Amino acid sequence: MDNAALKERILGLVPDAEYQENKQFLTFIIPPAKMYDLAVKLKNEADLAFDFLFCLTGVDMVKFLEVVYHLESTTHHHQIELKVRTEDRENGAVDTVCDIWRTAEFLEREVFDLLGIRFSNHPDLRRIFLEDGWVGHPLRKDYVDEVNIVEF
Amino acid sequence: MKEIINLPVKNVEEEEYHINMGPQHPSTHGVLRLVVSLQGEIVKSLKPHCGYIHRGIEKMCEKDTYPQIIHLTDRMDYLSAHINNHAVCMLVEKALEVEVPERVTYIRTIIDELNRIASHQLWWCSFGMDMGGLTCFFYGLRDREKILDIFEESFGSRLLHSYYTPGGLMMDIHPDFQKNVKAFIKYFRKKIKDYDDLLTGNIIMQLRTKGVGILTKEDAISYGVTGPSGRASGFACDVRKHHPYGVYDKTEFKEILGTKGDTFERYMMRMHEMLESMKIIEQLIDNIPAGDYKAKMKAVIKLPAGEYFQRVEAARGELGVYVVSDGNKSPYRMKFRSPNFSNLSVLDHISRGCKIADLVAIGGSLDYVIPDIDR
Amino acid sequence: MNFSIYDFTSFNQWIDKFLFDNLPAFWAIVVEMTIIGLVVLLFYALVGLFLVYAERKVCAFMQNRVGPNRVGPYGFFQTIADLFKLLMKELVYIKNADRLLFNIAPFIVIIASFMAIAAIPFAKGLHAIDFDIGILYVIAVSSLGVVGILLAGWSSNNKYSLIGAMRSGAQIVSYELSVGLSLITIIILAGTMQFSAIVEGQANGWFIFKGHIPAFIAFIVFLISSTAETNRGPFDLAEAESELTAGFHTEYSGIKFAFFFLAEYMNMFIVASIAATVFWGGWMPFHVGGWAGFNHIMDFIPPLVWYFGKTFFIIWIMMWIKWTFPRLRIDQLLTLEWKYLLPINLVNILIMAFIVLMGWHF
Repeated sequence: MDNAALKERILGLVPDAEYQENKQFLTFIIPPAKMYDLAVKLKNEADLAFDFLFCLTGVDMVKFLEVVYHLESTTHHHQIELKVRTEDRENGAVDTVCDIWRTAEFLEREVFDLLGIRFSNHPDLRRIFLEDGWVGHPLRKDYVDEVNIVEF
Repeated sequence: MKEIINLPVKNVEEEEYHINMGPQHPSTHGVLRLVVSLQGEIVKSLKPHCGYIHRGIEKMCEKDTYPQIIHLTDRMDYLSAHINNHAVCMLVEKALEVEVPERVTYIRTIIDELNRIASHQLWWCSFGMDMGGLTCFFYGLRDREKILDIFEESFGSRLLHSYYTPGGLMMDIHPDFQKNVKAFIKYFRKKIKDYDDLLTGNIIMQLRTKGVGILTKEDAISYGVTGPSGRASGFACDVRKHHPYGVYDKTEFKEILGTKGDTFERYMMRMHEMLESMKIIEQLIDNIPAGDYKAKMKAVIKLPAGEYFQRVEAARGELGVYVVSDGNKSPYRMKFRSPNFSNLSVLDHISRGCKIADLVAIGGSLDYVIPDIDR
Repeated sequence: MNFSIYDFTSFNQWIDKFLFDNLPAFWAIVVEMTIIGLVVLLFYALVGLFLVYAERKVCAFMQNRVGPNRVGPYGFFQTIADLFKLLMKELVYIKNADRLLFNIAPFIVIIASFMAIAAIPFAKGLHAIDFDIGILYVIAVSSLGVVGILLAGWSSNNKYSLIGAMRSGAQIVSYELSVGLSLITIIILAGTMQFSAIVEGQANGWFIFKGHIPAFIAFIVFLISSTAETNRGPFDLAEAESELTAGFHTEYSGIKFAFFFLAEYMNMFIVASIAATVFWGGWMPFHVGGWAGFNHIMDFIPPLVWYFGKTFFIIWIMMWIKWTFPRLRIDQLLTLEWKYLLPINLVNILIMAFIVLMGWHF
């Protein structure tokens, strides 16, 4: 499937997804509530077969928090990028995909640890790098740490 | 005495206990901590606890310029430092649409492959040591030293090179580089037979690794296990083949895939990969074109606003660099998709039901570098 | 008085006579025992230190290294320097450890190996005690060491130590069988359990040649199982530094650790001595039946040279094995013993008994 067909296919699955221009990947912004259903379809439908989640990360865009999924199909070799945006900075708004792509379990823990995005239904959402009593999420733009970060 | 008599009778056979493997343990190769639930000698489950050397590289990147970030990537997977540098350099070059001289791509590819061999040699040493064969350690290090000498001669450093810069190389290669690399390949082709004699063909080693820690292809893909560990399960994940960079598309090499996905297969993958890397180097070493070693770059590198992703095949699997730029001289957000982090996530899944000794062998065959997990 | 390096009997008798002539009988025995004790102790320490040095050099040779080369010529005094280092180190006391057992354990291990050395004949007339059940005594005493290992693992309050000790217990109990049975094969051939008689019996050919195939099988089995019994690689599961950090002696420091260390090397020396004595004729020179001239030349080489030559050759083989092979897993270790070595051994004993009955040995 070429990129144009793939774009139609995904917009067909989630009509209210927003297509974003990007040189490298087909990028879609998916409403948080639709993400899990879309993920199941992306993994399981034979013409899509996105079985390899090669990157999952988060970005703090100040106005909202963003979770970025990079997916590849090992059979068709096509790639897409999905984004889920949430304006709720404290509570879980994004569903976990770690039962679909097992690698997401650790990657989501990392995103939670460093950006504070809570994933609902995650089996073991704990901090992974920082210690349990750490206050705040360092990769957020509003994170202040006067002891460890030296401003120039 | 009464308390002892009144203790509830427990079924001792089913009772689990926990041990901490790490943060200081000989077989975790660094400060990784595994909390292992055991029943006798059998591993019931394990929980990795990482972050003992989390240095916040991604946070540091948000304050640094791109040439400075190169030096941080060395410190992630220090055994494939060149390949990490390569990822960031290519990302910057692609974003700025800079044409890199052909000489640079050739040299980068050769040095990447030398780095991969050096990394696999060190893996072989430590795998042998995990299996209890201490002699392997010295054989591997002896040969790795030759590669480090070549590196040292060309650019003065042995572990954390930072040799690549956006747009080219820090300096040109040493005039003897080609001669020395060819001498090394001739030498190592002979010495790799020692590796087979000492460890591969050993009956104890084969008994301990065959059929242990089996990872199916589906699980390998789902857990994102890439590199030699993923290919052992039949997951065709070689970035050099599927998304070529450097001059890999001009060279001939095989992407070797395993079928069983056990510890022995993962071991053999890396042994084959060393041979394939030598093949790649042999094809390129005589054809390095003359020319500049650096493209002209602006003094201050600013990436246009947008997002960029670059994938390379590091020694342990796929390294991805994801950058969100807002047009400034440092990235807005930088994420490294490190191969070891995903490879670690599968450890619990494949080591259940194994013995402690198997856990060590499986851990050795997945080949962690802890700074790459923690970043 | 003529002393000879070929026969120490007259020398011993001379000391014995001298003491009994000059002292009351009770004190003569006390002095005699003290002398023997001191000599054995000194010998024990010297051999232990030398073996540690030898292992380092052999292992360096296997690994393309130089090995110790700074302290003294060829680093010969390195182990002595290390001994001083270990003596001066702090003894760390472990919280919640069983203090009494924790302190006793290294002594049990070292006493077991110390006792075993008493029965070994180094040359004609040069042994502390010559039991008529020498082999049984050595097997019995050397297997006492496992008690110390188990206690060390149990009392350390450390799970790694406990796992190591339990592995060691399973391992030694299993391999004790093979050690015993392979020696029984030779006892059938020799017809005695007394070490001096066994050595004398090899005057016209060592047992490994006299008993041909079954004796050779017994020797191989003995070599494997005694390596396992001394907890050396590839059977060093009790220590297994890549799995259990240091196994049963994880929590020991200073001189107590040195005791375990020394006992391991001395156990290796003891099993090598037994192998040399039982299979390769001990201090008996290499004789070929009927070749009187050749045998006469061989007799000129002192028995002590023969004895140490053979023992250190076997020790060298054991070191070679250790530095070449990776480690076995616990279930493979037990499979090797119970499914392979034990049946081979039992059949081997039958064959040997048959051969002895029919008189087919040389």
